[in-house]
Amino acid sequence: MTIAIAALFVAVQGSAAGGGAELESADIDPGNISSLQRGARNFMNYCSGCHSAQYVRFNTIGKYLELSDEQLVDNLMFNAEKTYETIQASMPAKDAARWYGTAPPDMSLMARAKGADYIYNFLKGFYLDADSPTGVDNTVLAGTSMPHVLWELQGYQNALYSEHVETHDDGSTTITYEFAGFEHATTGLLDAEEYDDFVRDTVNFLAYISEPIRSERRKLGVWVLMYLIVFWVIAVMLKKQIWKDVK
Amino acid sequence: MSEDDVDRIDRNRRHFLTVATVVTGAVGAGFAAIPFLSSLQPSARAQALGAPVEVPIGSLEPGEMIRVLWRGRLVFILRRDEGMLAHLRESLDNLRDPDSEVAEQQPDYAANETRSVKPEYLVVEGSCTHLGCAPLEDFEVRPSENWGGGFFCPCHGSKFDLAGRVFKGVPAPTNLRVPPYRFVRDDLILIGQDTGAA
Amino acid sequence: MARIEAEVGKPQGGLMKWIDDRFPFTETMKAHITEYYAAKSFNWWYVFGVLAMVVLVIQLVTGIFLTMNYKPSATEAFASVEYIMRDVEWGWLIRYMHSTGASFFFIVVYLHMFRAMLYGSYKKPRELIWIIGMLIFFVLMAEGFAGYLLPWGQMSYWGAQVIISLFGAIPGIGDALVEFIRGDYSISDITLNRFFALHVIVLPLSLIGLIFVHIVALHHVGSNNPDGIEIKEHKGPDGIPLDGVPFHPHHTTKDLVGIIVFLMLFTGVVFFAPEMGGMFLEHANFEPANMTATPEHIAPVWYYTPYYAILRAVPSKLWGFILFAIAVVLPLFLPWLDRARVRSIRYRGWMYKTALTIFVISFVALGYLGLQAATDANVMAARFFSVLYFMFFLLMPYYTAIDKTKPVPDRVKYHE
Repeated sequence: MTIAIAALFVAVQGSAAGGGAELESADIDPGNISSLQRGARNFMNYCSGCHSAQYVRFNTIGKYLELSDEQLVDNLMFNAEKTYETIQASMPAKDAARWYGTAPPDMSLMARAKGADYIYNFLKGFYLDADSPTGVDNTVLAGTSMPHVLWELQGYQNALYSEHVETHDDGSTTITYEFAGFEHATTGLLDAEEYDDFVRDTVNFLAYISEPIRSERRKLGVWVLMYLIVFWVIAVMLKKQIWKDVK
Repeated sequence: MSEDDVDRIDRNRRHFLTVATVVTGAVGAGFAAIPFLSSLQPSARAQALGAPVEVPIGSLEPGEMIRVLWRGRLVFILRRDEGMLAHLRESLDNLRDPDSEVAEQQPDYAANETRSVKPEYLVVEGSCTHLGCAPLEDFEVRPSENWGGGFFCPCHGSKFDLAGRVFKGVPAPTNLRVPPYRFVRDDLILIGQDTGAA
Repeated sequence: MARIEAEVGKPQGGLMKWIDDRFPFTETMKAHITEYYAAKSFNWWYVFGVLAMVVLVIQLVTGIFLTMNYKPSATEAFASVEYIMRDVEWGWLIRYMHSTGASFFFIVVYLHMFRAMLYGSYKKPRELIWIIGMLIFFVLMAEGFAGYLLPWGQMSYWGAQVIISLFGAIPGIGDALVEFIRGDYSISDITLNRFFALHVIVLPLSLIGLIFVHIVALHHVGSNNPDGIEIKEHKGPDGIPLDGVPFHPHHTTKDLVGIIVFLMLFTGVVFFAPEMGGMFLEHANFEPANMTATPEHIAPVWYYTPYYAILRAVPSKLWGFILFAIAVVLPLFLPWLDRARVRSIRYRGWMYKTALTIFVISFVALGYLGLQAATDANVMAARFFSVLYFMFFLLMPYYTAIDKTKPVPDRVKYHE
């Protein structure tokens, strides 16, 4: 009996992977203006260096987040002059594409395209990988060109894998590795809970800019439905009256 | 109740309900029309592109004029010299509206002798009030023609003086329009806004 | 005195007479609205025709306003949609009404067609109404397909890529045909521009024309009803069908109730769930089209998925295409496949009822499977339901002929 050992390295990303595996819920609260304000600050400070949000105007954000023009200019607008301008990345796109292999995508609609949970897990999913040009890889998007820009806040972590050995009828074995969580390598300025909140605020902001009109449309919908209910009642009464004598 | 009474009540009720339905429907249709009609208003992008324009005038010499675009429209900024300012008072009798009485053509602060905030600087839209052509500069003084300098429109021959006031006997009906503007600093004009903050 | 009254007291009469002398206004109103008689026994299956017209109007009006701000070029299309969503006053509402309207159009049309299958509305003498209706359905499918390319998102681009490539399966002319449709060697700005022309002008005009003749054909014969009885066969001494009521005010007021309920559902979606979990506005379409990266999971919009599932179930590109086309066209032949001598399901036997139930289950199952990834299990299931789908039609001449029907009453069943 020959025992053929076939070692298959299948990194099955257990809790945070693309391809339909489970994602931890970001648990964002779209109505929390303070969270959105922090998220805006986070985005401008940590993300807008490389990522534009080219369809989003500062004055739109200002109005919803209850920020004055002055506050916008002083805190959020680094390269833009006028509040009606859109959020552009500081890094020229062509250079970014050259340096990172692919242009950092625009963030205006990312939360609608991938979902808030995806981004939340992505930002929490960087781990050390010596083979990667950026020194890290990501459990949500394997092979990502994005470095761990938030390393100062989160610190670095390692990805742990548990080994499963499966022996088949013919004697061969398959070894698979399943993602089993992270372990801290270095500490950051924020502890785990603070970092989660930081990412949550940021994702909340991204969700907001992907559809700024969301809260207004829901409010308006209530009025329209109320009108239709009133109209419906009157229409039913009219219909019954017209059909009264039909036998 | 007799059958006639029942009929009458029925007819009245039917009439009332019909009116109620039509009125409710009309109100709804009216509200529903608002988004569509409003969407035709200038969008946020149009408003952004139509934002006020800052024009530095520090290097503008007396007698010199620059042209800028604001909301896609041509605006002349002319730094009038002593001679030009003097000529302003000359042809008042030949002007259609020497006192700028047609209110729509200029903001209040430009309804004066020089049609400007500061006498030296004329800020006026380069659009002939006849049919919109861009008037040409004609600052050469020609006493024989009684011409002290001003603007001449090549399309149909309308003439304006150095304050943009229209002459009599030409097709253009009113003075050249003065846009809202203000001096941010002595050497910086903001066209499109005449009140305080950014 | 009387003569003066007649002249002074009726200025409106004068105006109407002036118009009627020159245009068949009053006679048209009578023939098609106030003295057009339809059965009093209509149930709610009969509201979907008028709802289809309501959705058509919604799509036309919102479409016009979208066209005022949309840019049909590969470089500007995606951005112009975001411009509408963010910068144009109320643009977001117009956009959501249009995207929701597209899905609701198909919901309404599928239910409208199903009514015909319940009550035999395609049977003689209404075959032509049915044929025109099927043509409307084909044009509507093309209209939806052309429209979906316009936002130029990832799903727009790759969905079009997949479906247009299908035509390459046709032997001989396939490749030339694909290039002809695209106008270019791959889907490009050229394709986008012509699909815009199709979506905004050609197909809507065709739709309006077809709907007009659809209604003319209907009114010529008169509407069917849930009992499948010809109400014109029993008229009163005044020539009015005993089971009929005038379209106006009876059906207009009844339809108004239905329209308002429809608008409530429509409002619910537009204002509270415009994406409908990714079914009405697909997530991948919020990324601009990228010719170098296909999304993980391409599926057509939900209303095409039953047919897409059939296509994918067949292991051959050519035969998949052929069966897909046949599946779409097959209902056209219902008037001749159906040999039953009664119209309405109320008087049919157990065979048709069973067959129709299986058909509905299969159609819905295929729709669901078309949305899923093409795993082995899913493809097997799709094959199973595809067979059932085709058998419904192909075996129909047999089981409708031998099915034991119930006697059809003379007069409609109406309960107040």
